[in-house]
Amino acid sequence: MCAGGCITRMELISPTELAREKVLSVQEYTFLAWRSVTNLFRTPRYWDDMIQQADLIGFGSLPIVLAACFFTGAALALNSASTLSRFGALSLIGQLVSIGIVRELGPVLSGLVVAGRNSSGMASELGSMIVTEQIDAMRALGTDPMKKLVTPRVASTVLMLFFLTILGDFLGLIGGNVVATLLLGLDSHQYWSNAWQTLVFEDVFMGLVKPLVFGFIIATIGCYYGLTTKGGTQGVGRATTEAVVAAMILIIAVDVFVTRLLMLLLG
Amino acid sequence: MAAPPTLIERSPVMTAGAQQNAIVFEDVVMSFESNQVLNGISFRLAHGETKAIFGVAGSGKSTVLKLALGLLKPDRGHIYVLGQDVTQMDEEDLFELRRKIGMVFQEGALFDSLTVRENVAFRLMEEGSASEEEIEQRVRESLRFVELEHTLNMFPAELSGGMRRRVAIARAIITQPEVLLYDSPTGGLDPVTSTTIVELIVKQRDVYKTSSLLVSHRLQDAFTMATHYFDRRENRMKPLPPGSHAEVPMNFIVLRDGKVIFDGDAHELAQSKDEYIREYIS
Repeated sequence: MCAGGCITRMELISPTELAREKVLSVQEYTFLAWRSVTNLFRTPRYWDDMIQQADLIGFGSLPIVLAACFFTGAALALNSASTLSRFGALSLIGQLVSIGIVRELGPVLSGLVVAGRNSSGMASELGSMIVTEQIDAMRALGTDPMKKLVTPRVASTVLMLFFLTILGDFLGLIGGNVVATLLLGLDSHQYWSNAWQTLVFEDVFMGLVKPLVFGFIIATIGCYYGLTTKGGTQGVGRATTEAVVAAMILIIAVDVFVTRLLMLLLG
Repeated sequence: MAAPPTLIERSPVMTAGAQQNAIVFEDVVMSFESNQVLNGISFRLAHGETKAIFGVAGSGKSTVLKLALGLLKPDRGHIYVLGQDVTQMDEEDLFELRRKIGMVFQEGALFDSLTVRENVAFRLMEEGSASEEEIEQRVRESLRFVELEHTLNMFPAELSGGMRRRVAIARAIITQPEVLLYDSPTGGLDPVTSTTIVELIVKQRDVYKTSSLLVSHRLQDAFTMATHYFDRRENRMKPLPPGSHAEVPMNFIVLRDGKVIFDGDAHELAQSKDEYIREYIS
């Protein structure tokens, strides 16, 4: 019941209308994603904005990505230890951590952390610009917001997530090494030797393709929800939450498909 | 195979009219979902003329400005701005046209992460044709016009509402556009600040002869514009001598139920017999 004594009623949307809205959203998102790529080949290119975004996304996310990967590597080593010791294969812990981190956990964790931090940031920043008419003002001043705001964010996120994942993988392996040597009493040299030798081209390739896909998802989803914000400050909050949820779900879902696709391609 | 009909072939009369006028609206219809905001409006803004658009809240005044700028596409009709039909142009072409148009948004719409200097210089920096020194000089000129040169390094959040509007005007006029669009430039401001903004609009009209469309809720502001001129020697707005209102290129439009119910000058508006208009201006 509202202050004036009125009853708030939930508006029902017909299934046809709902389906139309969803199809329209997918169409708009696809258009935004396509334009974000094609704008890379059109002038003007906003190098300064790309560098600024790279700094914000890359260096800004570095500590949390490294921390998340380090502790995940350590936890992976701990969890694997009990199983491996049952088979007397504790010395293989380096292999297990290495494969797990490089192929899967490094890219997904880095993606999820960057999604939580930057999808929300992009959605709230662009959403605020929408509700205060700054995006309209930009268009009125003869500047394409897709070129000025979206493309630099997409390019920077793809590039920086790639490098963040490499560093995250390394920190994950260090986390595993700390557990292996300090808690399990394994030889550090043996750990690194196992971890290194077990990796083949397919593992590294898979681990480095994923961040490119995830980076693209994070930035395009963040920008899409930001630029389609409706309903003032409440709408900005909603767009921010939806962007994070959508980016995270998509990363996890797309990971399955990318993994399967790369397995088929690489044999 | 015959060539597709060109714009000129399709509406030769309007193209001729469009060339003589800064803005031409021809039977424009605009709806937001099921709500029809504009229901076939037509009007012309001559070169050098200032036209104030009035109407109750939700009557589509701001929509008219956004349509003129190509930020929205109408459901039907044609809109000619500086001789070009914005309803037929794609976004890339519109960016070129918008460089000849300045817009002052309702709340200023300044970029809050940029300083006043960067806000005002935005268009010049984007165009990339001016040197740093030239940009600095033109930014200072624009800010001097609105008497805010001292705010160069401030952020929009540090400015008052009136100052933000004045910076927005400085940003809109920096390239000396051929057309200016003002969306409630005095809305929510105190009378003194409103008069300052009105004086700036009159100055732009009389000194630079810029064609302008102005949306407002405040009838008294538009009447001030219609009854005053800018004296360049004294650098201030002065009232026109009695009986010389027609010498000022200032006209009025009143919107009601998505239609233009009045299009004329201040004298005609004051003499109107229409009950709705009489109630509106009383």
